[in-house]
Amino acid sequence: MKGRTLRRHFRESFKSLGRNGWMTFASISAVTVTLLLVGVFAIIMMNLNKVADDLENDVEIRVMIEIFNDEAEMKAEEEKLIAQIENLPDVAEVVYSAKEDELEDLIHDFGDELSLFEQNNPLHNVLYVKAADPQSTADVAAQIEKLDHTYKVLYGEGKVEKLFSFLNISRNIGLVLILGLLFTAMFLISNTIRITIIARKDEIEIMKLVGATNSFVRIPFVLEGMWIGLLGSVIPIVVVSVVYYNLYHSLAPRLEGNMLELLSVTPLLYQVNALLVLIGLLIGIWGSFMSVRKFLKI
Amino acid sequence: MIQMKNVIKKYPNGVVAANGITVNIKQGEFVYVVGPSGAGKSTFIKLMYREEKPTSGEVTVSGINLSTLKNGRVPHLRRQLGVVFQDFKLLPRLSVYENVAFAMEVIEEQPKEIRKRVMEVLELVGLKHKVRMLPSELSGGEQQRVSIARSIVNNPKVLIADEPTGNLDPETSWEIMEIFEEINRQGTTIVMATHNREIVNTIRKRVIAIEGGMIVRDEYGGDYGYEG
Repeated sequence: MKGRTLRRHFRESFKSLGRNGWMTFASISAVTVTLLLVGVFAIIMMNLNKVADDLENDVEIRVMIEIFNDEAEMKAEEEKLIAQIENLPDVAEVVYSAKEDELEDLIHDFGDELSLFEQNNPLHNVLYVKAADPQSTADVAAQIEKLDHTYKVLYGEGKVEKLFSFLNISRNIGLVLILGLLFTAMFLISNTIRITIIARKDEIEIMKLVGATNSFVRIPFVLEGMWIGLLGSVIPIVVVSVVYYNLYHSLAPRLEGNMLELLSVTPLLYQVNALLVLIGLLIGIWGSFMSVRKFLKI
Repeated sequence: MIQMKNVIKKYPNGVVAANGITVNIKQGEFVYVVGPSGAGKSTFIKLMYREEKPTSGEVTVSGINLSTLKNGRVPHLRRQLGVVFQDFKLLPRLSVYENVAFAMEVIEEQPKEIRKRVMEVLELVGLKHKVRMLPSELSGGEQQRVSIARSIVNNPKVLIADEPTGNLDPETSWEIMEIFEEINRQGTTIVMATHNREIVNTIRKRVIAIEGGMIVRDEYGGDYGYEG
């Protein structure tokens, strides 16, 4: 294609946005509303996902080590056990905590009365194990239980499974909602664009009759769809950014130290905004492409 | 220039609009296509610029076999043809000049060439003084002249017209015919479907009469042949 022709296509696509003023406005509005919903939803979902990830990552296995009478033997067995656990597949991290440290934690949490146990510490040395994938915690725990010299292996059996299935269900629901929203958006926008194109059926017919190729007819329409998608993503981006920025800065200090934490502004808004522009462009281009196709068969 | 061999066109609703048409139109001819409404004139015309594909038989226009022509090559065919319609088919938002230039832009002509050629054809149809006007500001005859200018701007070998005077008063129709004759004198083949008895009987040319999808008469210098 010649550069002059390409310039003509760009010029035509701009002109036609202006000429079809109200239909352009309707299409852009459709994109705007949809992308606003998608943006809000994406931010909510990503934050929920973050909370879910945090909850999952808090799940760890507590391996209490058997007590030996001989200090040296115990030391050796402990080291062997740590090596064995670290060699298991799916194990991300093993942290050793001596019984003195355990007691200190208890004293810290429950009060100084417990310090009388310092003379005769009844606690076990403990290994804190994290699975590479939190969802496989139960499997890892079962494998550790089979190893020698573990006294008890605890990971909140029952509760953890419930938490995981709850998180999985809410993730799936979110995904289905977003997909549904996108599908509706595509449908809505391609219909709006189709109406603008039906209004210009004659134009396409005449172009075809004087010998325009299909791509020559199609390109200005597709470019027009692209502008509509791009323009339609402007308001959602501004609204989503401003609202989340303010929300984050008013909520984040209050949530500090809590288990709940919002995703920080910088990577999240870049990601969501890029997503919105991309979706806007794609549905604009796709909508025009599909709608104009029907009228090219002359 | 235009050959049809045993062309049959059957529409999905069962109507047979062309029932074994065989015809040969040579370069530079001027042909009237006459016949009652619904006889198949429009289909005959549409088969030439491939708005319709024949159900069977062969259509060849300017050396291009339309029966085997791929969809992607249709623009190649259309660039060798000019088509004029009863309802003009002008773009209402474009000026006279833009409407004509449109046909050249679409085939990616040089801007310099476009300016020169558009003014040339607008002079030929006598509308050089109205280039900035919109179609809605013109009379029917003037609109048809714009549409003729558009159809010949790319120097087609064949000009196909489907009842070009159908919406025009008699006087204007004569003006349009003068333009067609001038175009024909310059060597362009013209095929014109018409209902206009006066024109056919006065400007004597080859007449092809179609009835029931078949050619019932084909004579040089013939008359219209149907009672008004």
